[in-house]
Amino acid sequence: MVMQINATQPFVDQFDDVQSRLPGAKLPWLEAFRKAGIEKFSKIGVPTIKTEAWKYTRLPNIDCKEFRSANLEDGQVAVNAVAKFLPDALNQVRLVYVNGIIRPDLSNLINLPDGVSFEPLTQALKNDPEFIESQLSTEELKYDQGFSALNAAMMESGTVFRVAKGVQVKEPIEIVYMNGGTDEPIIRHPHNVFVLEAGSQATLVKRHAGIATGAYFNNAVTEIVVGDGAILKHYTVQTDCVEAIHLSTVNVRVGKDATYETFNVAIGGRLSRTETRVRLEGRGAHCNLSGAYMMRGREHCDNTTIVDHLVPDTTAREVFKGVLDDEARGVFQGKLIVHKDAQRTNGHQLSRALLLSDRAEMDAKPELEIYADDVKCSHGATTGQIDENALFYLRSRGVPEALARNLLIQSFIAEALEEISDENVREAIASLVVHWLPAQCFVADEWVQA
Amino acid sequence: MSGKAQTIEKVREFTDEKYKYGFVTDIETESAPKGLSEDIVRFISAKKNEPEWLLESRLKAYRHWLTMPEPEWQKPNFPPINYQDSYYYSAPKSVGDGPQSLDEVDPEILKTYEKLGIPLFEQERLSGIPIAVDAVFDSVSVATTFKAKLEESGVIFCPISEAIQRCPELVKKYMGSVVPYTDNKHACLNSAVFTDGSFVYIPKGVKCPMELSTYFRINAENTGQFERTLIIAEEGSYVSYLEGCTAPMRDENQLHAAIVELITMDDAEIKYSTVQNWYPGDAEGKGGIYNFVTKRGLCKGKNSKISWTQVETGSAITWKYPSCILQGDNSVGEFYSIAITNNHQQADTGTKMIHLGKNTTSRIISKGISAGKSDQMYRGLVRMGPKAVGARNYTQCDSLLVGDQCGAHTVPYIETKNKSAVVEHEATTSKINEEQLFYLRQRGIPTEAAIALVVNGFCREVLQQLPMEFAVEAQKLVGISLEGSVG
Repeated sequence: MVMQINATQPFVDQFDDVQSRLPGAKLPWLEAFRKAGIEKFSKIGVPTIKTEAWKYTRLPNIDCKEFRSANLEDGQVAVNAVAKFLPDALNQVRLVYVNGIIRPDLSNLINLPDGVSFEPLTQALKNDPEFIESQLSTEELKYDQGFSALNAAMMESGTVFRVAKGVQVKEPIEIVYMNGGTDEPIIRHPHNVFVLEAGSQATLVKRHAGIATGAYFNNAVTEIVVGDGAILKHYTVQTDCVEAIHLSTVNVRVGKDATYETFNVAIGGRLSRTETRVRLEGRGAHCNLSGAYMMRGREHCDNTTIVDHLVPDTTAREVFKGVLDDEARGVFQGKLIVHKDAQRTNGHQLSRALLLSDRAEMDAKPELEIYADDVKCSHGATTGQIDENALFYLRSRGVPEALARNLLIQSFIAEALEEISDENVREAIASLVVHWLPAQCFVADEWVQA
Repeated sequence: MSGKAQTIEKVREFTDEKYKYGFVTDIETESAPKGLSEDIVRFISAKKNEPEWLLESRLKAYRHWLTMPEPEWQKPNFPPINYQDSYYYSAPKSVGDGPQSLDEVDPEILKTYEKLGIPLFEQERLSGIPIAVDAVFDSVSVATTFKAKLEESGVIFCPISEAIQRCPELVKKYMGSVVPYTDNKHACLNSAVFTDGSFVYIPKGVKCPMELSTYFRINAENTGQFERTLIIAEEGSYVSYLEGCTAPMRDENQLHAAIVELITMDDAEIKYSTVQNWYPGDAEGKGGIYNFVTKRGLCKGKNSKISWTQVETGSAITWKYPSCILQGDNSVGEFYSIAITNNHQQADTGTKMIHLGKNTTSRIISKGISAGKSDQMYRGLVRMGPKAVGARNYTQCDSLLVGDQCGAHTVPYIETKNKSAVVEHEATTSKINEEQLFYLRQRGIPTEAAIALVVNGFCREVLQQLPMEFAVEAQKLVGISLEGSVG
C-alpha cells in the first residue's frame, strides 16, 4: 500500500506543476474534466500486479520524476526520416507529431477530402471546443483504470479526426507519432478523438515510432465513435524503441450496423500495453480486434481487449498472434461480455503464441462472461514452439535451417494478417514482419528465384 | 413392464424426485459449544485424543486464520459468513469413542445411510462389485466397511482420526504437505478445526482390490463440516476412490470447508471421483450448503497419475478447484468435471495444472450447464514451468445455457514459461440445441426429459470417466438437477 502511494503521488505533483500550462486551460469544462481525472487517478493509483487487469504486466519500477512533461522545444528535435508507413506515392494525408508537438513541415493535408476534419487536439480546442466537450464530458466517469484517468487530467496532444455523415474516404489517412531524441526522458499523454458520423467510411493508420534510442513514456487514450452504418478501419503500428513504455487505452462505441476493424502491430518497446474496450451498442454492430506482436530481448507486449455485447445480433472476432524470442514476454487478455438479452451474439477469440526461446514467456487469459442463452461464443488459446516436423520437411527439401525457421514464423504471423481487409496496409505490415526476422530471411527472394 | 409404463415411471422419477435426501435424522448429538475459539480447537483435539504435535499445528493454523482477510476475488456473491454462529463439532451421541464394529452403530444412522442408498453392511452393490465405504456423519466417521479384507492386502482405509492414532508418522509426514494451512482462508480454517474424513494408504505395488468410497452427510443444524481426506499411493500402486455428499434441507446456509490431499509416488495412480449433491437450497435460493473445498494432488513420483472426476449438482455455492501439481517426470494430471446449477445456485469451479516435471501431460474437460437463475464459472490455471520440457496440456470447457436468466463464464489462465511446452485451450458456450429438442419432443418425450437426455449427451465424455455404479447415479442426478428449468 505504501509503495503504491509512492508511485502515484509524483504523477499528481506533476499535474499540479503543469496544470496551468496545459492546452485549453481557460475552458471551465475542461478544467473540471481534468480535476475529475486526477482525483480518480489518485484514488485508483498506479496499477500493480495485484490489480487483476495488470496481473501479468508489471510496470517497471518507474519514478515519474525521471520523466518530465514535453515542451515546445522537444517538438523541434531533428528528424532524419519520418517513420512513414504507407508509400508516399499516394500523396498521403498525414499528420506528423514529434514528441507530441505537431510538425506542419512534415505533415501533409493537401489531399484532405471534403467533409473530413483532421487536426491536432490543441487546434481543435481552439476551433471547435463544443465538439470536444460533447465527446469528452460524458466520458468522465468511465475510466476505471488509473492511467486513463491520468490521461484525462494531463492530455496535452492528440488528434481529432471527424468524418461527416455519409462521407466515404477511400484513401487511408495516417497519423505519425514520433518520440524520443530529447535531452531527458519525457512523458506524454496524447488524447485522440475519432468520430465517424452515420454512414461514413474511413481508414486510419496510427504509427508510433522512436526517433533515437532513449526512454520515453507514452500514455495514450483514444476515444472512438463509429456511428450507425459507418465503417472505421483503424490500424496501429507500434515500433517504439527498446527503452520506451507505451500504454494505450482505446474506447470504442459501435452503432447500429456499424463496423469497427482494428489491427495492432507491436514490434519493440520495453513495455507496450494496448487495452481496447469496445461497446457494441446497436443491432448488427460488428468489431474485429486483431493483432500481431513480435518481441525479443526483454521486451514486453500486452494486448487486453474487452468487448461488451449490449444488444442482440452483434458479432465480434479477435485473432492475435505473437512471436516471442529471448526473454520477451507476451500477454493476451481477452474478455467477451454478453449482456442479458443480447441474444444471437456471435463471438470468437483466438490467441496463439510461438515461443522461440526457453526464457520467453506467454500468459493468456481469454475470458467469456455470458448472461444470454442464444449465443455462439468460443475462444481458443495455444502456445507452442516451431513445429519440428514442418522444419524437417523444409530442411529435407534443401532449405537452410535459419531460413526455414523464418519462413515458418512468417507463415505463422500471416494468419493474423489475413484479418486486415485493407490490402495496402496488409502488405506494409507484412514487410515490417519480414524486417523483424533474423537477417537470414532476406535471402528468401533469392532462394525462391533459384 | 411395457414401454408405456416404463415411460410413465421414468417421468414420475423425474418429476417426483426433488431433493430426496433432504430428510433429517432424529438422533441425539453431542456438540461442542457454538462458535470458534482456541478452546474449541483444543476441545476438538482433546475429543479425538490427539497427540501434542497435531494440537500445536491446529492452533498454529487457527492463529494464522485470524489474520487472514476474507477472500474477495471470487465471482459468487454471498453475505459474510458468521463463523461464530456455527457448531464446529457435532457427533451422534451413541458413537462415543467410535464404534468397534458395525453392530455397535446406532440403527438410526444405519437407516439413514440405507435411505441414501449407501448400505453399510458388507454387501455387494451393483453387479457384484464390492465397495468399501467410510461413512462420515457430521463430524465423525461412523462406520467403515470391508476394513479387514482391505488390510489383508496391506491397504489402510480408515477415518483420519483413527489413522492419527494408528500411524501417526504417516499422517504427520504427509498431512499439510500438499495443502499447507496458509493456502487460503477456508483451508486454514479446516486445518484448525477438521474433525474427520478418510485416510487411505496403498503400499508399494498394491492395486487396491476394491473401490473405496466415503459418504459424507451433514445432519445436525448449524453445523459446519470440515473433513480432511488424505490419500497416499506408494510406488506402483493404484486406487480408485469415490466421494458422495448429501445434507438435509435447511433454511440457513451451512459451511462445508474440506481439504483433500493426494500424493502419488513413482508409477502410482489415484482416481478420485466425486458426486457432490449437498442440499442446493430451495427454488428461491434460501438455504443450501456453501461448499468451499480445497482439493489438490501431488504427482510426486515419476510416471504417476492423478485423475479428478467430479459431478457437481448440489450446494448453494460451489467453490473449488481440484488441482494437480505435476512434479514427477512424465506424470499425468486429469480433470473431468460436470457442474450443473439451477435456480439460484452459484458455482465457481475449475482446476489448476501446475507442470513442473519433464514431459508432464494434463487434460481438462469441463462441462458446465446453467439453468434457472444460476451463475456458473469455469476458472482454471495451466502453468508450464521453465523446467517442464515437453509438457503438454489440452483444455476443453464447454458451457450450455438453459433459459435466458442464467450466466456462464469462463476464465482460464494460461502461463507458459518454456518453449517446448504445448498448451491448447478451447471453450465454447451455446444454448441447448433446438433441433435435438424438437426431434425428441416429436417422438413424445416430454421437454424436461428431453433436456435431461441432451444434457447427458453433452456430458457423456465426463460421465464415462466415472466408475460404473456412480455413472448411473450421476446420469439420474443430471435429470433431477435440471428439474423446473423449463417453462
